[in-house]
Amino acid sequence: MIFEVKNIVKYFGGLAAVNNVSFKVNEGEIFGLIGPNGSGKTTIFNLISHFHSVTSGNIYFNDMDITTLKTHKINHLGIGRTFQIVKPLGRLTVLDNVIAAAFSKAQNKSDARKIALETLEFCRLDHRKDILAKSLSIGERKRLEITRSLATKPTLLLLDETAAGLNPTEVDEAIDLIKKINDKGITIIIVEHIMKVIMTISHRIHAINFGQTIAEGTPQEVANNPAVIEAYLGEQYAHS
Amino acid sequence: MEVFLQTLVAGILKGGLYSLIGIGMTLIMGVMGIINLAHGQLMMVAMYITFALSSFFGIDPYISLLVSMPSLFILGMAIQKYIMNPLMEVDSILPENQVLMTVGIGMVLTEIARFIFSSNYKSVQTSYSNATFFLGAISFSVALVIAFFIAIGFTVLMFWFLLKTDIGRSIRATAQDRDAALLMGVNSKKITIITFGIGSSLVAAAGTLLIPIYYLFPDIGGPFTRKAFVITILGGLGSTVGAIFGGITLGLAESFGATYIGMAYDDMIGLIIFILVLLFIPGGFKRFTKI
Amino acid sequence: MKKHGPIILLFILLIFPLVVQNSYYQHLVIMVLMWVIIGSGWNLLAGYTGQVSFGEAVFFGIGAYTSGLLFKHFAISPWWGVLLAGPIAVLLTLPFGWISFRLRGAYFALVTLALGEVFRLVAIVWESLTGGMVGILVDTTFVSKVPYYYIFLFIALLRIASTTAVINSKWGYYFLSIREDQDAAESLGINTVKYKMVSLNLSAFLTGIAGALYINYMGFIDPEVVFSLHDISIMAILVGIVGGVGTIYGPVVGAFIMVAVHEFFRTGFFGLFKGIASLTGSDFMTTVAKYVSEAHVLGFGVLVIFVIMFLPNGVVGDWKKITAKLLPKRDKGGIS
Repeated sequence: MIFEVKNIVKYFGGLAAVNNVSFKVNEGEIFGLIGPNGSGKTTIFNLISHFHSVTSGNIYFNDMDITTLKTHKINHLGIGRTFQIVKPLGRLTVLDNVIAAAFSKAQNKSDARKIALETLEFCRLDHRKDILAKSLSIGERKRLEITRSLATKPTLLLLDETAAGLNPTEVDEAIDLIKKINDKGITIIIVEHIMKVIMTISHRIHAINFGQTIAEGTPQEVANNPAVIEAYLGEQYAHS
Repeated sequence: MEVFLQTLVAGILKGGLYSLIGIGMTLIMGVMGIINLAHGQLMMVAMYITFALSSFFGIDPYISLLVSMPSLFILGMAIQKYIMNPLMEVDSILPENQVLMTVGIGMVLTEIARFIFSSNYKSVQTSYSNATFFLGAISFSVALVIAFFIAIGFTVLMFWFLLKTDIGRSIRATAQDRDAALLMGVNSKKITIITFGIGSSLVAAAGTLLIPIYYLFPDIGGPFTRKAFVITILGGLGSTVGAIFGGITLGLAESFGATYIGMAYDDMIGLIIFILVLLFIPGGFKRFTKI
Repeated sequence: MKKHGPIILLFILLIFPLVVQNSYYQHLVIMVLMWVIIGSGWNLLAGYTGQVSFGEAVFFGIGAYTSGLLFKHFAISPWWGVLLAGPIAVLLTLPFGWISFRLRGAYFALVTLALGEVFRLVAIVWESLTGGMVGILVDTTFVSKVPYYYIFLFIALLRIASTTAVINSKWGYYFLSIREDQDAAESLGINTVKYKMVSLNLSAFLTGIAGALYINYMGFIDPEVVFSLHDISIMAILVGIVGGVGTIYGPVVGAFIMVAVHEFFRTGFFGLFKGIASLTGSDFMTTVAKYVSEAHVLGFGVLVIFVIMFLPNGVVGDWKKITAKLLPKRDKGGIS
C-alpha cells in the first residue's frame, strides 16, 4: 500500500463537501474515483495536494502522514497532480513549462532540460515544444498537464478529468498514455467522468456521492452496484 | 467624558461621508473586480466643480450637488466606456493593468486640475462653514451635520436603487458573481458603465458635501483614494453594507486617533488598521486572496 | 544589431562622461542609471514574478535613510550606508513580504501601497530620529559628477547582469511559473512563498543601495522625496511598463524615456515655448511656457494611459508592433 486516505472530512461553510471518505491505493495500481458532478472528487484531490486543509481525517503516503504538509512539499515527496481546469503557464513555451517542473528533481539547468525533453517525447508532445503554452489546443493542454506533472518524477500521479473535452481519437490516445505511465510503475489515482476511460483502465474503483462513499471494488462490481447505478447513471440519464 | 463624546460624534459624522466614498468604491470593486485608484481624484474633480460654481456664480455648495453629481456620473461612464472596457480586450502580462490604468487616470485628472486652478489651497466660505450648535456640552458643526444627513439620504436612496430596480439588481448580481450574471443575460458592459458612473457620482456627492468644511488642492485626491480602499477592505469587498461599517470605523478611528494620539497620525491610522486587519483577521478576509 | 546592441550601449555609457563634460547631461544620465536600478528591481518582482508592488519606495527610502541616519547620529561617512543599505533593505523584506505575500493580485498591490505610505508617514512623524520634514543633509564627497556616474553605472550593470543570470537559472523559471499561475507552480513543487521572497530580496537589495547612493549624490533627502508614492514607487512602475515588463532591457528603455519626458516638459520642450515667447514677446506664450514646465506629471499620466492601451508589453515587448506600424512597407518576410 502506497497511499491511504483515512476518514477525511471537509466542510465549506456549513456544507460537507467530503464526508468521512476512506480508501487505500496499492503500489502500481490505477485507482478510479468516480461520482456525479459536485460529488466531491476534485475536492478530494485538492485535499490530498493540500490546496485546501481537511476539516478532520488523515492522509498517508508511504506510511507518512502528509495531511498538514504544504503543496510543494507533497510534490517533492512524489505526488504529482493535474488540474481539471488546465493551468498552463501560458506565456512560457511548452518546453519551458516542463523545464520549470523538472527543476523539482533536477540538479541543474541542463539536467532539467534533459528530463523535460525526455518527458515531452514520452508524452508525444515534443513536436510542440517551442510554441507558447497558451496557443495549444485543449487536448494538448491536457497532455501538457500530464507531461509537466511527470517531469517532477512522481511515484503517485493524480489525474483530474484528463479526458474531458477531448475528441474520441484524443480519448484513445489519453488512455494509451495513462497505461504507458502506469507501465513505468507509477501509481495513478484518476478522477474521470467518461465511463469508457475509467472502466477500461482502472484496476479498482471508488464511487462517491454527496461527499460520501457509496461503493468500492473492481470496475465490474462497481458498475453493477445499485447505489452507483442510481447515483451515477441516474444522473447521466437525467442529463441526456 | 465630554472630550470622548465630542470625539465620538465627530467620528460618526465624518464616517457618514466616508461611507459615501466607500460605497462608490465598493460598487466599482465588486462589479468590475478592480480597485479604482482614481477614486479620490474623481472626488477632487467634483470638489473643484463645486468650488468653481461657488466662486464664479455664487452657487451654494449643496445646490451644486445637482451639477457635480451628474457631471461625475458622465465622467465616470466615459472613463469606463472609452478606457476601461476597451482595456479588457488588451492582452497583457500583468492582469493588474486595469489598476495601473486608474493610476494614470488619477494623475491626468490631478494635473488638469493643477493647470486650471494652480496648486494653491482653496476653500469655500459659506455662512454656515463655521457655525456650530450645542447639544448639552457637545458641539456640532452645522455643515457636517447637514452633510451627514444628506449622505444618509443618498445611502438610503442607493439601497433602494440596488434592491428595487432592475438595473440595481443587475449590478448586485454582477457584483456577487460576474460569470453567473453574464450567463443570466446581464449586459455586463452596460452594467459596468453605469456602475462606474454611479460610483463616481457618489464620491462626487461626498466631495461636494466636504467643501464647506474642508480646503481644496489638486493633490487632495491621493489621501482620499487611500481612505476609500481602506474603507472598502475594512467593510469587505463588494459589500455596500460593509462600506458603511468601514466608513464609520475609519471615521471613528481617525477621530479618536487625532484626539488621543495626535493630529499628525490622522492619515497613518487608517493605513495601520488596514494592515492589522490583513494580518490578524486573515480568516475573515480569506476571499480577498483570490480575485 | 541585436547581438551587439548591449555592447555598443555599454561602450557609449563607459566613455560618455569623458566625451560629454556638461554636468547637466551627466546628471541626466545618472538619473537614467538610477532608474534602471530601481525599475529593473520592480520589474524582477512584478514583470517576472507577477507581484505588482506599489512599495518600491520602501527599499529606496530605507537605503537612503540608512546612509543619512548613520551620518546624522553617528557622524559616520554616508558611504558606509551604501555598504549597509543592501543588507538592511533585505532585512526589511522579511516583514514586508510576510505581510504582503499572503495576498494576491490587486490586493497585494494595495497592501504594498499602504506599507509604502506608512513608511513615509513614519519618517515624517518620527522627528527625533529622522528630522521629519526637515530632512537630512549630508556632505557630498565629490564636486564632479563623474565619480558618481561610474558608481551608478557599476550598480546598474550589476543589476542588469544579475537579473539576466537569475532569469536564466532555476529561480527565473520559478519566478515565471509563479507569475503565470501560482496554484500550478505549487503543484509542481515550487515553494511560492519562498521564491516570491527571493525575488523581493533581489529587488530590494540593489534598490536599497540606489537609495544610499542617491543621498550621497544629492546631499539631501526628506521623506517626501525618498519615500514618495508618486516620485518613487509609481515612477518605478512607469519605468517598467513603459519600457516593457518581463524583459531585461525594458526598464533601461523605460528609464531613458521617463527621464527624457520629464526633462522635455521641465525645459518647456527644450526651450521651444520660452523661445517663441521671447521671439514674439507674447505674454500668452510665456504663461504656456510656465505651465508646460510644470506639466511633466501630466505627460507621465498620458504616457501611461497610452502605453497600457496600445503597447501593453511596453516599448521593448511590443517593438515588433511599433516597427510594423512605422515601417509597414519594409516588412518583407521578416516575420519571426
